[in-house]
Amino acid sequence: MTVAQSQSSNPESLNFECETGNYHTFCPISCVAWLYQKIEDSFFLVIGTKTCGYFLQNAMGVMIFAEPRYAMAELEEGDISAKLNDYEELKRLCLQIKRDRNPSVIVWIGTCTTEIIKMDLEGLAPNLEEEIGIPIVVARANGLDYAFTQGEDTVLAAMAARCPKEAPVAQSDKDERSGIKKLLNFGKKKEEIAQEESEYVDHPPLVLFGSLPDPVVTQLSLELKKQGIKVSGWLPAKRFTELPVIEEGYYVSGINPFLSRTATTLMRRRKCKLIGAPFPIGPDGSRAWIEKICSVFGITPKGLDEREAQIWENLEDYVKLIRGKSVFFMGDNLLEISLARFLIRCGMTVPEIGIPYMDKRYQAAELAFLEKTCKDMGVPLPTIVEKPDNYNQLQRIKEIKPDLVITGMAHANPLEARGINTKWSVEFTFAQIHGFTNARDILELVTRPLRRNNSLKDLGWDKLVKEEAQV
Amino acid sequence: MKLAYWMYAGPAHIGTLRVASSFKNVHAIMHAPLGDDYFNVMRSMLERERDFTPVTASVVDRHVLARGSQEKVVDNITRKDSEDNPDLIILTPTCTSSILQEDLQNFVDRAQMDSKGDVMLADVNHYRVNELQAADRTLQQVVQYYTEKARKKGDLPQGKTEKPSVNIIGISTLGFHNQHDCTELKKLMGDLGIEVNVVIPDGASVHELKNLSRAWFNLVPYRELGMMAVEYLAKEFEMPYVDITPMGVVETARCIRKIQQVINQQGADVNYEAFIEDQTLHVSQAAWFSRSIDCQNLTGKKAVVFGDNTHAAAMTKILAREMGIHVVWAGTYCKYDADWFREQVSEYCDEVLITDDHGEIGDAIARVEPSAIFGTQMERHVGKRLNIPCGVIAAPIHIQNFPIGYKPFMGYEGTNQVADLVYNSFTLGMEDHLLEIFGGHDTKEVITKGISADSDLNWTKDGLAELNKIPGFVRGKVKRNTEKFARDRGIKNIDVEVLYAAKESVGA
Repeated sequence: MTVAQSQSSNPESLNFECETGNYHTFCPISCVAWLYQKIEDSFFLVIGTKTCGYFLQNAMGVMIFAEPRYAMAELEEGDISAKLNDYEELKRLCLQIKRDRNPSVIVWIGTCTTEIIKMDLEGLAPNLEEEIGIPIVVARANGLDYAFTQGEDTVLAAMAARCPKEAPVAQSDKDERSGIKKLLNFGKKKEEIAQEESEYVDHPPLVLFGSLPDPVVTQLSLELKKQGIKVSGWLPAKRFTELPVIEEGYYVSGINPFLSRTATTLMRRRKCKLIGAPFPIGPDGSRAWIEKICSVFGITPKGLDEREAQIWENLEDYVKLIRGKSVFFMGDNLLEISLARFLIRCGMTVPEIGIPYMDKRYQAAELAFLEKTCKDMGVPLPTIVEKPDNYNQLQRIKEIKPDLVITGMAHANPLEARGINTKWSVEFTFAQIHGFTNARDILELVTRPLRRNNSLKDLGWDKLVKEEAQV
Repeated sequence: MKLAYWMYAGPAHIGTLRVASSFKNVHAIMHAPLGDDYFNVMRSMLERERDFTPVTASVVDRHVLARGSQEKVVDNITRKDSEDNPDLIILTPTCTSSILQEDLQNFVDRAQMDSKGDVMLADVNHYRVNELQAADRTLQQVVQYYTEKARKKGDLPQGKTEKPSVNIIGISTLGFHNQHDCTELKKLMGDLGIEVNVVIPDGASVHELKNLSRAWFNLVPYRELGMMAVEYLAKEFEMPYVDITPMGVVETARCIRKIQQVINQQGADVNYEAFIEDQTLHVSQAAWFSRSIDCQNLTGKKAVVFGDNTHAAAMTKILAREMGIHVVWAGTYCKYDADWFREQVSEYCDEVLITDDHGEIGDAIARVEPSAIFGTQMERHVGKRLNIPCGVIAAPIHIQNFPIGYKPFMGYEGTNQVADLVYNSFTLGMEDHLLEIFGGHDTKEVITKGISADSDLNWTKDGLAELNKIPGFVRGKVKRNTEKFARDRGIKNIDVEVLYAAKESVGA
């Protein structure tokens, strides 16, 4: 059945398709690029081959020159054929890292190769950790099992196991633990801090998970503070040594759609309660996210109507550019559902949402919200294509001629040369897109090709390939 | 295991893909896990390629690991064969398939039965060869395949072209300034009255390969790519080849003289001496440049050179022999071909450095403190850290090394480009140095301009801390916008909430 047929056969609910999985995306080891920057005292060791190294080196461009806190443990023929002892080799490299960088944690990233040769990283880590005195966290972020942003999911799921089990009780312990916090309070008096506490409603502890740039962490925390909700901690924190306390019964909420393993780990291993909400992407998503958290804590949200309306008003100049236009997601980073939902609310139509992997349970609230948004806006429900086939997608793009294709860099230039507007999907993972404050940044990205091409439109330079080359 | 941050030459499959995607209507299918098709991004971005890169992956996932690829690879090959009708599909092994040890040749044989086009397995071992060696080998493999195929069918053309002619071998996609070099070499051949028979692999169709033997000789401009192919052709057809890189005035002349000798041996009667003299003295500016006062100022200045064999060797000779610059050390990352490099450069530099460890190179640069570096992008960054200018002469390269303007490194126009590159690197260094002596153009502290210069507003500590997280180059703008926002609303204390409220209101 083709995608077009299936869509017409059932217009009432979302259609889920699954194709061949022949699509382009980044290798999940790319997560080290943003995680080493986020977790300031970490060191990421990618245990793989030249292929992995070449990818990281090229994908991260200039970052590579800034003495990054990551490196390859490049496997050689002797490692593959087990002529060399894995434990001894890793020990040698980790000691070198300890000597040169002295990190608070070393994260081992397992790759395809370590999977195939069945290197027992999870087994080696605890022993080596004991021997060298630095925590070693193992994440198997490989291209056999995962796509792009799911790499972060595997790392955070592994980190979740390292979060302290209980809040220190004694006051003296507390003082020690919050030494840095105290510094940040700039010697505020106790009463002041107590008064700060009183700004919050009494609710069970809430920990948010997902790696975001620090400014966005501040913004989202402030947003919840306005509702009297206190964020007890973030997974990950700025430093490995500051991982949040997670006790049984804590509430957790994800801020990104690709964190299903982390969510599962927090629920099953740490006995947390997951607040399943749409993700705070776009003003509609941000509001729904806050409302859901409020509702779980029995809080009546205040001022969200005006807040959302205000943001939409400020977005109007951008929304005007995309209203009534169509956008096609080829799918490579798992943000697709949330972005599509937001863009539909902006007045766009979405014929297809490609996505590497669809966790219908973890994304349930987001999917329901997408469905509702489509109904509210009176647009047809999109088809969600899991494990898409890029070749087939290009045929569909040729047929539908969408106004915008959100895609990876492998297809962007060739599509532009054929007169199709594209936006490079990876930018959405690196830009600040969460919360009310950054809604404009999403539209800044989405409208950029349209604005650029508006200024070029009278030149007659849309199609820049000679014969219609085979797609 | 080796701790590594940076590598000069890529993994083997990149070389195979570079050759495959250089040919017209050749498709490569990688036997690789999800995410290993990063080559497509590089080609699309760096070369700003308008067409879809003819490379797809036959994805190795958990199921393949458990049960083997079974029909998957064969299906992917036959599917691509019917979708795009390529002349040739090259099944490309990666590091992953190297250890899976599936019988890829068997897949190829089976797929061949159901495909209209040809199917071939790239014979490269990930753990034994690098990008450059793999490219060299793949090109030779394709040439041999089509030569043998034509011979079997009996349509191998006999005899040579009427006029002297040449095959230019080794021009490929993602090669350093390859497109421009190719244009320049074709022009040079035109000037010499030599027909260009076939250029491979770039832009060539595999159907042209059977005609290779019609040329009088082969020209291999790059040491890294093409040597295996020309040696094969020399063996099969007794075709002579010229492997002198025409980069720099002296080497270009040497290359032309060698061409003269090769074609005169086959009955041509040419004398290029007048052409060489005219070009050297009057057309290329490089010879005159080395006489001019500017270049006099470069005499004895210290430089270091690092890159691939072709470019590092040619550059070393140009600097030492044509400009009187003191090359303290010259190095290459082509360890597998180190003897050739040593032989080429040892009389033109004090020391030869053979390594692919960028740390060692960085240290060697810091140790000798040259006035200029000629290297790859990595050396450019070392130069930045040490405040030494760097001209980029070899891959690995970034997008700025794929200029759209005409910038060959070879032939007579190439000599002009290289002279500019060298001169600009050194003067910038001198200028910088003089500026330092005389205290610079300007003071470093920019006086705050505009409305926030004399602020009546108070930034709270958390507000200020948040402001400082904003990247330096936009911080001033954010500060001004925020203060304007606060002033308009009569807010006296700017804290973090005001900062973000301002951002939302102005949308900046």
